[in-house]
Amino acid sequence: MPEIILTDKNFENEVIKSAIPVLVDFWAPWCGPCQIQGPIIDELAKEAATAKIGKLNVDENQATASKFGVMSIPTLMIFKNGSVFEQMVGVQQKNALKKKMEEAAK
Amino acid sequence: MPEATKTINIIIIGSGPAGYTAGIYAGRAQLKPLLFTGEEPGGQLSWTTEVENYPGFPDGVQGPELMNKFRDQAEKFGAEIVDAKVEKVDFSARPFKIWSSGKEYQSRAVIIVTGASANWLGLENEKRLKGRGVSSCATCDGFFFRGKDVVVVGGGDVALEDAITLAKVAKSVKIIHRRDCLRASEFMQKRARENEKISFVWNSEVIDVLGDQKVAGVRVKNNQTSEETEIKCDGVFVAIGHHPNTEMFKGQIDLEDRFGYIVLHGGSRTSVEGVFAAGDVADFKYRQAVTAAGMGCMAALDAEKWLESQN
Ligand SMILES: Cc1cc2nc3c(=O)[nH]c(=O)nc-3n(C[C@H](O)[C@H](O)[C@H](O)COP(=O)(O)OP(=O)(O)OC[C@H]3O[C@@H](n4cnc5c(N)ncnc54)[C@H](O)[C@@H]3O)c2cc1C
Repeated sequence: MPEIILTDKNFENEVIKSAIPVLVDFWAPWCGPCQIQGPIIDELAKEAATAKIGKLNVDENQATASKFGVMSIPTLMIFKNGSVFEQMVGVQQKNALKKKMEEAAK
Repeated sequence: MPEATKTINIIIIGSGPAGYTAGIYAGRAQLKPLLFTGEEPGGQLSWTTEVENYPGFPDGVQGPELMNKFRDQAEKFGAEIVDAKVEKVDFSARPFKIWSSGKEYQSRAVIIVTGASANWLGLENEKRLKGRGVSSCATCDGFFFRGKDVVVVGGGDVALEDAITLAKVAKSVKIIHRRDCLRASEFMQKRARENEKISFVWNSEVIDVLGDQKVAGVRVKNNQTSEETEIKCDGVFVAIGHHPNTEMFKGQIDLEDRFGYIVLHGGSRTSVEGVFAAGDVADFKYRQAVTAAGMGCMAALDAEKWLESQN
């Protein structure tokens, strides 16, 4: 599934109300490690055909970032049934994310 | 991915400036190097934004962008890149053995370029509150502390640079340092002292990070008077230096006593013939991207020569 650009506006519909788990990458353009994480997320989205993956720019969507207490980027969260299933701080590798997504899908 | 049983010419462990440069040279020498990126593809420069002193970029370049270019160049010349970490090595017999993601690899030569990683205070609550106010990346996370009070732990150039970065958004920045003077360069000290938002807490060690769901403060102990006090803050930025990533090589190659840097002999040779090292993992003096790259080149050339001599 192509990745979704998440915003304060569509977060509720795309993530909180989603029927399947969603992996969200909280990032910002000025953050070095986020630029390492970005392509990993892109690749994951390409490979994992059934997974739902989105990116949220914390600079432009501060309400959502602060609602979930993001204070360090990149932060990756997996949402399941409307709540946080898993939270990871710092760059995460593709395989680790895959595994976590599979767990969430169980 | 290569067969685990096939012997590879060169395995490169690490993907910072030293690793990719070794990959470029070994690739051009037709050695078909296999390069493991580890958990931090691109190495330390991935953590920074603007790099202003890498030659060839008069207008500066973004760290991650520079490292992506290094990677492309290594791949172009035939380096095979594996996005995984090396878990174990055995240098006691040749070919050398290396394990990654549960697979065994055999290699005739090895180049160690595992670089250095940031030190943490090693406190239980520091770990618990990572990403909840505890950070080691001021440029990444300063944004979340707009109008807030933060502390920076450390006294070197990086600590002061972090403090100056944070002072642009935070309400106040306290630098907590173990000594009564700074290790940082005169230039950085002057800039920090002239900044009205920055103040110093001397002779003090952070002994605990306070806060339930997020950071609320730190407990510090004055190492002259043993007096303990609490400092309220929303963010704790740790900048207390780096350590070489050599844990995995203990008992396999000679490491220097104090901090565990790899000891080099004449260029890039380690104490084990056929194992070479380069960059921050073996250099506590210069620690620059350009020197790491230069050393990576040396290691690849040395390894190439050595492999030829074995034929
Ligand atoms: C915030 C910051 C800003 C900086 N700014 C500058 C600057 O402006 N200019 C400058 O010249 N220098 C700068 N430096 C210093 C520069 O980044 C380093 O000197 C340089 O990156 C060292 O390169 P290296 O290849 O030796 O190792 P590193 O860059 O440390 O890379 C080490 C690599 O080894 C890998 N690794 C570690 N363990 C394993 C394992 N078990 N298996 C596989 N791989 C592993 C890691 O994933 C990583 O890819 C900065 C450093 C920091 C932290």
